[in-house]
Amino acid sequence: MKYQSQAVAKPYFAFAMLLFVGQIVFGLILGTQYIIGDFLFPEIPFNVARMVHTNLLIVWLLCGFMGATYYLVPEETQCELYSPKLAWILFWAYAIAGTLTIVGYLSVPYATLAEITYNNILPTMGREFLEQPTITKIGIVIVALGFLFNVGMTILRGRKTVINMVLITGLLGLAVFFLFSFYNPASLTLDKYFWWWVVHLWVEGVWELILGSILAFILIKTTGVDREVVEKWLYLIIAMALISGILGTGHHYFFIGAPEYWLWIGSVFSAVEPLPFFMMMVFAFSMIKQRRREHPNKAAVAWAAGCTIMAFLGAGVWGFLHTLAPVNYYTHGSQITAAHGHLAFFGAYVMIVLAIISYAWPQLQGRLSNSLQAQKVEIASIWVMCVSMLMITLLLTAAGIIQVMQQRMPADGIALGYMATQDLIVPIYWTRLVAGIAFGGGVMLYLYSFVVASRTQADAPALPVSA
Amino acid sequence: MNSPLTLNGKDKIPGDIALWFFLCAELAVFGLLIAGFSLVRLRQPEMFQAGLQELHVAAGVINTMALLTGSYLVATGVNKLRIQGDGYARYFYAASGCGMIYVISKVSEYQTLYSNGYSLHYDIFFGFYFFTTFFHFLHVVAGMIILILLGRWLKKTDSDDEQKLKAAESAASYWHMVDLVWIVLFPALYVLR
Repeated sequence: MKYQSQAVAKPYFAFAMLLFVGQIVFGLILGTQYIIGDFLFPEIPFNVARMVHTNLLIVWLLCGFMGATYYLVPEETQCELYSPKLAWILFWAYAIAGTLTIVGYLSVPYATLAEITYNNILPTMGREFLEQPTITKIGIVIVALGFLFNVGMTILRGRKTVINMVLITGLLGLAVFFLFSFYNPASLTLDKYFWWWVVHLWVEGVWELILGSILAFILIKTTGVDREVVEKWLYLIIAMALISGILGTGHHYFFIGAPEYWLWIGSVFSAVEPLPFFMMMVFAFSMIKQRRREHPNKAAVAWAAGCTIMAFLGAGVWGFLHTLAPVNYYTHGSQITAAHGHLAFFGAYVMIVLAIISYAWPQLQGRLSNSLQAQKVEIASIWVMCVSMLMITLLLTAAGIIQVMQQRMPADGIALGYMATQDLIVPIYWTRLVAGIAFGGGVMLYLYSFVVASRTQADAPALPVSA
Repeated sequence: MNSPLTLNGKDKIPGDIALWFFLCAELAVFGLLIAGFSLVRLRQPEMFQAGLQELHVAAGVINTMALLTGSYLVATGVNKLRIQGDGYARYFYAASGCGMIYVISKVSEYQTLYSNGYSLHYDIFFGFYFFTTFFHFLHVVAGMIILILLGRWLKKTDSDDEQKLKAAESAASYWHMVDLVWIVLFPALYVLR
C-alpha cells in the first residue's frame, strides 16, 4: 500500500467478513425454517432470524463501504488519512454497538429490548430493516458523522478526483437518508412513505454512487485505462442511476395510499432502472478490453466484472420483472421480491465489497496480489457463490410464480390460502436450502483462499515500492 | 481557413459513445412517459380533450421556436469549431439564452394553470402534463448549464482541437435530445386537439 493510514481498512474488512459468515448462517437457519417451521423454536424464532439475517447484511456492507473508503481515499487524494486514530476509535464503537445489538436481538424478546433501550422516549423500533434500538441508531449517526468528518477532511486537503467526489456524495447521502429512520409517524402510509427514503434511496440511490466509485477505482488500478475515460463513464452512470432511482421510489408507492400518479411515475422510472446497471456492465467490460496493463490480481478483476453482470441481472432484470404497477399488484411481497432482493444485494453490493477486499487485502499485507494458487481458489469461490445465488434466485422466482398463480390471481373462494400455498412450495424450498448450503460452501472456499494466500506468500508478487 | 476537423477521421457518431448510452436511456424514459400519456388519452379521451383546451398554444409555439433556434445555434457553434473558425463559444451562450426564453415561458404557463386551479393532483391528464413537462423543463435547465460550462471550458482549456470538438458534440447531442423530446411533446399537447 502507498499510504500507511490505509491500514485502518483492515479491521473493517475483517469484521465485515466475519459478519458475512454470520449472515449466511442465519440465512441457512431461515431456509430451514421455511420447511420445518419450528426449527430452533423458541430459541431463535423466524422473525428474529430474519431480523438478524437482514441487519447483519446491512451492518457488514456498511463496514465494507467504510473499509473501502479508508483504503481508496488516501490513494485518490494522495495524502494520508486525516486521523487514523479516529478511524480506529469509530471502528471499535461500530463493532461493539453492532455486536451488542445482534446479541440483544438473540438474547431477549424484541419487546424487552425496546423497553430496556428506552424506545419509548423516541420510538423508532419495529420497522423492517430499521429494527435497531434507538440508541444504536444514534450510535450509527455518531459513527457516520465521525467517519464523514475524517474522510471529508482528508479530501479537503488532498487531490479532488471524480471518484472521491462521487464516493463522498454517496456517503453523505447515506448518512442524510438514514436520518429518516428517526421519523416514525402514526400514519402507516406516511410511515411507509418515508421508510422508503431510507431503504430505497439507499440501495437504489446513494449506494449506487458508492458502488460506482469503488468499481471505477478498481478498474483504474487493474486496467491502467486513462482516468478521464473512467470518470466520464462514472458521471453518466451515476446521473442515470439517480434519475431512474430517485423517481423509481414510486414503485414502492403503488398501493400504500399515496396519490395515483405514482403508479405511472413508479412504473416508468423503475422500468429504466436496469439501464445504469447495463451501462455499468458495458463500462467494466470495455475498460477491461481496453486495458493497458495485465494486473496480476485476476481475482479482483473477476469480482468487479462479475459484480456488474450479477447486479444487472439481480437489480436490473429481476427488479424489472415485478416493477410495473399492473404486475406488482399481484407479485407484491411474494417470493419474487425475495428473489430480486437476494440477487440484487449479492450482485451489486456483496460482490463490490468482496472485489475491493480482494484488491486491497493483498496490498495491505505488502503483496501486489495473492499467489496464483490462492487466486484459483478465490475464483472458484466466485463461481460457486454466483451459480448458487442464481439457483436461489431462480428457485425463489419459481416459488413466487406459484404464489401468484395459486394465491393471488384466482378469484376469492378459488384462491389457495397462504399456508396451503406454502405447503405447495415446500419441495422448492428444499432445493433452495441445498443451493443455500452450496452458497455457504462458496463462502468457506472464499475464506480458505485467505489460508492458501497466507501459506503461499512466497509465490505472490511483491508490492513494488512505488505501487 | 484550416481543414475541417473530424473525430479520428471516420464516420463515427458525434460526441462520446458513453454519452450515447445515457441519451438512449433518457429517450427511453421520455418514450415511456409519452407512451403512458397516449395510453391514458386513448382510454379517457374526454378528460384529455378538456385538459388540452386549458393549455396555451402561444406558449407552446414560443417554446418550440426557442428550442429550435437554440438547436440551430448549437449546431452552428459545433460547425464553427469543426472548421476551426472563431467565436464559436458565443453560439453556445446564445443557445443557452434561447433556453432561458423557454424557461420564462414555461414558468408563466405553469403559473397561469396553477392560478386556475390545476396541479399535479388535479386529474391524470394534468398529472402527466405537469410531471412530463417539468421533467423536460429540468432537462432544458441542465442543458443550459452544460452549454454555458462548455463555452467557458472551450475558452480556458488547453486541450487539443479533437477533444474540444468531442466535448462540443457531446453537449450538442444532449441539447438536441432535449429538443427532440419537445418536438414530440409539442404536437401531442398543443396541436392534436
